[in-house]
Amino acid sequence: MAEISLIVNGEPAIAQVDPRTLLSDFLRDDLGLTGTHVGCEHGYCGACTVLVDGASARSCLMLAIQADARSVETVESLSANGAGLHPIQQAFKDCHGLQCGFCTPGLLMSVVELAATNPGCGRDEIREHLSGNVCRCTGYHHIVDAVERALNGAPGRADES
Amino acid sequence: MKPPRFAYYSPRTLPELLEVLEETGDEAVVLAGGQSLLPMLNLRLATPSHVIDLGRVPGLDSIASPNGSVEVGAMVTHRRMETDPIVAAVAPLAQRAAGYVGYLAIRNRGTVGGSVAHADPAAEWPIVLLALDGNVGLASSRGWRNVAAEDFFESVYTTARRPDEVVTSLRFSSRFAHSWGFSEFQRRTGDFATVAVAVACVVESGEVAEARVAIAGVADRPLRCREAESALTAGSASAAIDAAEAARDCIDPVSDIHGSSSFRKRLVYAETLRAVRQALTVNEAGIGDG
Repeated sequence: MAEISLIVNGEPAIAQVDPRTLLSDFLRDDLGLTGTHVGCEHGYCGACTVLVDGASARSCLMLAIQADARSVETVESLSANGAGLHPIQQAFKDCHGLQCGFCTPGLLMSVVELAATNPGCGRDEIREHLSGNVCRCTGYHHIVDAVERALNGAPGRADES
Repeated sequence: MKPPRFAYYSPRTLPELLEVLEETGDEAVVLAGGQSLLPMLNLRLATPSHVIDLGRVPGLDSIASPNGSVEVGAMVTHRRMETDPIVAAVAPLAQRAAGYVGYLAIRNRGTVGGSVAHADPAAEWPIVLLALDGNVGLASSRGWRNVAAEDFFESVYTTARRPDEVVTSLRFSSRFAHSWGFSEFQRRTGDFATVAVAVACVVESGEVAEARVAIAGVADRPLRCREAESALTAGSASAAIDAAEAARDCIDPVSDIHGSSSFRKRLVYAETLRAVRQALTVNEAGIGDG
């Protein structure tokens, strides 16, 4: 076991980890942050995407020990302490950007990065950016609507109901 | 779907790293960005008894441009290659190719050194190295050496790196900064290339004085196609088509689930033609026409 010390969602965390523990498992099992979903566990699906020092990373393709002295943000950081939905989450809700919701945490964190790095992008760039996040329900159309709405306020088509 | 047990080392200096490598040798794998190694560990395709993490070794993430080349530390990420102004100015082909590697989350973590040490025959960096007369810097407790890209890649996941050596840097020539092309076919954005082609030329007084054509995804290692290069330097009016035909005819790809042999040959023709046309129309600022 080795001791790691990192910042998770703005809070310091110190823990003993087995070197082979994945960051995804550390977040879920040791810290109880089960918002980070584990899908394929080999870097294909993107459900476990988190931000490490502000840049997106597959938490299943990182050892927890590699996150020592780093800052990690998970989907829980978007709506902390019972605050209302983050604007990106609200856009996903409004535009029906999810069905089963399994891929959503990873998509949201990818979109947080997109909003920080390329907020003015159009639908093609949104699709390109989200190419590493697999969704098996929506067909992506409403996800792209949601991202467009989150980035621009419009014209992503909102759910009428 | 979890990594096997292993002893983990996180050396804090290069000498310490080289010492650990010497002691562990064949038993160890080197962890750079982990974007190929972690899937292999998770799937238990690799079961090393020792993992040596380069993440805390200083001095492996610099980008510099010494006389006529660009030297890139092994731990430089694909994303930095995509965004670094020195790379853009001195090796724009490398910048363009970087954007084809995986998805952004992969490019944020994955490294150039890790990619060439892994030596996937469909990866981008090996053909960029071949096209830009590149070489690979290796260090061990016995000393330093540089291996030319053509001698480095031996077969699938197999390179000239010895077990006690670590890739420390890549060096690309800047001679080709004004005439280059890169074209790749992926089934889906971010997938490995079915076929990718890198072309680099030196153009003097409107004539192609030197040419490099390197192809990924068609053999057990990245290939240079000298017949295609000769077609470019021959200077005929149909040079682009001649080069594409030569590239198609110099390979003998296998069929797999990603594409049949004949499909790959057609792709090589098409991607070579695109990359060559791009190379021959790149302007003096080093910006391709796409």
